[in-house]
Amino acid sequence: MRGREEDNMTDRDGSSDTTPLIEFRGVGKRFMVKGEPLQAVQDIDLKVREGEILTLVGPSGCGKSTLLNMAAGLFEATAGEVIYRGAPVQPYNHAVGYMTQSDHLLPWRDVAGNIAIPLEIKGLPKGEIDARVETLMETVGLSGFGRSYPNQLSGGMRKRCALARLLAYDPETLLMDEPFAALDAMLRMRMQIEIRTLCRQLGKTVMFVTHDLDEAVAIGDRCVVFTGRPGTIDRVVDVPLPPDRDILQLRKDRAYQEITATLWDVLAPAVAMEE
Amino acid sequence: MEELSRTRVWVLRGLFLAFVLISWELSSGRLASEFFISRPTAIAAMFWDWVVSGKIFYHGAITLLEAVAGFLLGGLIGMIIGVWLGRAELVAEVLDPFIMMFYSLPKVALAPLFVLWFGIGIDMKILLTATIVFFLVFLNTYTGVRAVSREQIAILRLMGANERHVLFKVVLPSAVTWVFTGLRLSVPYALIGAIVGELIASNRGLGYLLADSAGQFDTTGVFTALIGIMIMAFCLNAAVKLLEIKAMPWRETNSKREMSI
Ligand SMILES: Nc1ncnc2c1ncn2[C@@H]1O[C@H](COP(=O)(O)OP(=O)(O)OP(=O)(O)O)[C@@H](O)[C@H]1O
Ligand SMILES: [Mg+2]
Repeated sequence: MRGREEDNMTDRDGSSDTTPLIEFRGVGKRFMVKGEPLQAVQDIDLKVREGEILTLVGPSGCGKSTLLNMAAGLFEATAGEVIYRGAPVQPYNHAVGYMTQSDHLLPWRDVAGNIAIPLEIKGLPKGEIDARVETLMETVGLSGFGRSYPNQLSGGMRKRCALARLLAYDPETLLMDEPFAALDAMLRMRMQIEIRTLCRQLGKTVMFVTHDLDEAVAIGDRCVVFTGRPGTIDRVVDVPLPPDRDILQLRKDRAYQEITATLWDVLAPAVAMEE
Repeated sequence: MEELSRTRVWVLRGLFLAFVLISWELSSGRLASEFFISRPTAIAAMFWDWVVSGKIFYHGAITLLEAVAGFLLGGLIGMIIGVWLGRAELVAEVLDPFIMMFYSLPKVALAPLFVLWFGIGIDMKILLTATIVFFLVFLNTYTGVRAVSREQIAILRLMGANERHVLFKVVLPSAVTWVFTGLRLSVPYALIGAIVGELIASNRGLGYLLADSAGQFDTTGVFTALIGIMIMAFCLNAAVKLLEIKAMPWRETNSKREMSI
């Protein structure tokens, strides 16, 4: 099952641009926990193409968040290197927007204030910020909660606030760590559609971590499956769905059913092993 | 429900106060000599006298000026140095043992020195108060700045924030909670500074009234001055609380909201 590393750069969409946007070259990361080394991920070779949505699935603790952290330049790999647009990632990769697993909202700012932060950093005029924030709150369904503080929100609302903050600053690459985990089914589908359209229209590149295989297929152009810790890439699955797929109708789609079934089969041994 | 329990608390407080005052009044002259413990009615009468003659306001204003000026001066410098050292790790590391040594010194022990340096005027009391307040606010601010969440800073950095953004959007707001802890702790100490200063050398202020009454064996006067000091401490505390709510609205929503996990 193992070892089918991703080396085929057959451009599905036929574009001639083969240099990947983000590239993990033999990446490994070891944490020191109380003096003991802990290998989170190892031997990661992965190319993220510009304009694609790459979903990452795998057992908890296999290092998915760790990979996103390295792509964002929060820390360095202990082996190999992470390349962004042909150059090694420097601390704080400003080209990416990162929606972390925990929301890290600023507790002293209300919802509107939190969403406004990236706009304030950009130095936009006050009026424009207010207008943008209002639209974004509508997008994520938080209208009317602009004056609420994070401690007054539900878990899903906090996630949506973090999502709006991410969308506010319009980076070319989005790193999203289980962004829709706390949302109800309807809202989650709306957000999936939102993200897909956004990326189609603006050509964003997305690395998207999820524990939901259906979601991984529904939203992804390709799906990376990880093994348990130390995390390695088990396989990279091409999702044979059109880029302008209709997420609402996917459940009836034959190709969608097949690919999710395959993914389930891939991950099933991991489930059996954990028993 | 909520309203009912509030009024109940206030009624019980009133009863408690009445109980204490009445027992005091009754025991005075019976259980203990009035010369030593005075009596509430006498104190109230004298307090009223001082209010009518304006004596309490004159002396109170001077103590208030010393306490507030010292509080602001010490608090401001404490905050500035606290933020600066909180950001400058090397300097903080180097200075740490010296700061701690100075911090553990009871600051009122500096009073005689301050008299030598600055005389017995009002500036000596202000500086003594400022020194005491400085350390409390400085240490709390410093801790607050050091305790700022690195994750929150990293998130802002990713958005392209520069030093100034990080300072004003994350570091300072997150340190505000600590700063106010320092300020709140400082209120009684500010009064200590002012009053000790007056006790040592002064002919004005509530501390002087206190010392003067004691010098004349006038227990009632001593108690009246103490009550004046208590009222002032209460007002200063309330002012800081009010400021705290204004400066940290998210805190208020936190305590007002219903608990949920
Ligand atoms: N800052 C850290 N210090 C020490 N160990 C860490 C740190 N961050 C992650 N790890 C370890 O690295 C491993 C991978 O963590 P990571 O958060 O990347 O997993 P994950 O795949 O995102 O899991 P989940 O799906 O549960 O979010 C874990 O075993 C974790 O204990
Ligand atoms: Mg994770």
